[in-house]
Amino acid sequence: MGATVISHEDALDGGPGPLGATYGKMMMWFFILSDALTFSGFLAAYGFSRFKFIETWPIADEVFNHFPFMHGVDAPMYYVALMTFILIFSSVTMVLAVDAGHHMKKAKVAFYMFLTIIGGFIFLGSQAWEWKNFIKGEYGAVETRGGSILQFVNASGERVALADFAKVLHEERVQHTPDKGVWFMGESALPSYSVAEVVEGFKANPDVLVRTEFIKDKQKVVLTREESLKRLEDVVYVVEGANMYRNEYGSKLFANFFFFITGFHGFHVFSGVLLNVIVFFNVLLGTYEKRKSYEMVEKVGLYWHFVDLVWVFVFTFFYLV
Amino acid sequence: MAHAHESNTKRIWYVFGLLSVITIVEVAFGIFKPESLHLTSFLGTSPLNWIFIILTIVKAYYIMWAFMHLEGEKSSFRWSIVGPLVFLILYLCFIVLIEGNYVYEVFNTGHMKWIF
Repeated sequence: MGATVISHEDALDGGPGPLGATYGKMMMWFFILSDALTFSGFLAAYGFSRFKFIETWPIADEVFNHFPFMHGVDAPMYYVALMTFILIFSSVTMVLAVDAGHHMKKAKVAFYMFLTIIGGFIFLGSQAWEWKNFIKGEYGAVETRGGSILQFVNASGERVALADFAKVLHEERVQHTPDKGVWFMGESALPSYSVAEVVEGFKANPDVLVRTEFIKDKQKVVLTREESLKRLEDVVYVVEGANMYRNEYGSKLFANFFFFITGFHGFHVFSGVLLNVIVFFNVLLGTYEKRKSYEMVEKVGLYWHFVDLVWVFVFTFFYLV
Repeated sequence: MAHAHESNTKRIWYVFGLLSVITIVEVAFGIFKPESLHLTSFLGTSPLNWIFIILTIVKAYYIMWAFMHLEGEKSSFRWSIVGPLVFLILYLCFIVLIEGNYVYEVFNTGHMKWIF
């Protein structure tokens, strides 16, 4: 290089450059920028589909209304609010670790990093529980030939589970598996009730009504008894819980977006926890003490706050709006 | 680092309190859904949804400025991150949501039934 015109050579050695941030921190920020745009792409796609199917989109607080140890109690939003708190709190312990790092207090950094990691694991566990409830479903529904989901309510508008009214018909229908066929074929697990059992049960219980996907005045439209019976003639599937093809909550895209966006976020949390664990052990080993700088804690902290930031938006657009 | 190394713990706990209060307010609105805010419409969606969106942006501001310490960075650095984000996200939402609404209109007024 010899006599070059670069007058600020110190700006290229990893120290603070023209933007006043070290190279590593700046790159972490620009990675976060691109990742934030990825997430906004996903959330905008969710918004697109929701605007497209605005009249039939599921109502979130009817779907996510579970709380641990409170079975059968309608608790909309409490659980996700709790998850939000866990994540915000782990963000606080992270920023406290960064703060302690500025003062070179090794023990304090390690302690706060540890709390952050615990918070991350609790959040991941909560998300797993949320997924379990979503996949398992609660009430069950039926799907018509035209792809519309019909749910069941009683006269006062409360949801009724298929198990509460379906008739047991003693039909011979077993799951088709490859070992029973002449050709290599199979099918997914059969639902607990067949279409005929649900329809017969519906006919036998005069106080059950069909609730459609359509929203009027922010409520799903409930059909009269005659309309309900007519509607049930078109039924082809019994749907329990959710998978990638159909779900008992309504629009198929709803479950797909739920799995994709919360899954992608959960994957970020998981990688964040891994990075935190690595940095935690480096703190314990004294790596940053030798380096005389805890900047690595700060960089990992930026990523961790970003994960929290994304959750704030997921919380709003999936559960509130 | 250029910025001072004095302890920020007071500010951190203050921001934590603020974020908690905002979350509690959001959840309370989400559970009770006051009819005057929920069933009316303002600029394309209900006022309740606007409240949620604004509170979310307030939260995002505090997370980025206080926790991620953007307030301590040089303003050139700060805006080279926040500027592209704000512009691109607004642009994306504008394009995509208007298109979504248009597709809804097409489905709604067209001759083909898409769900029955």
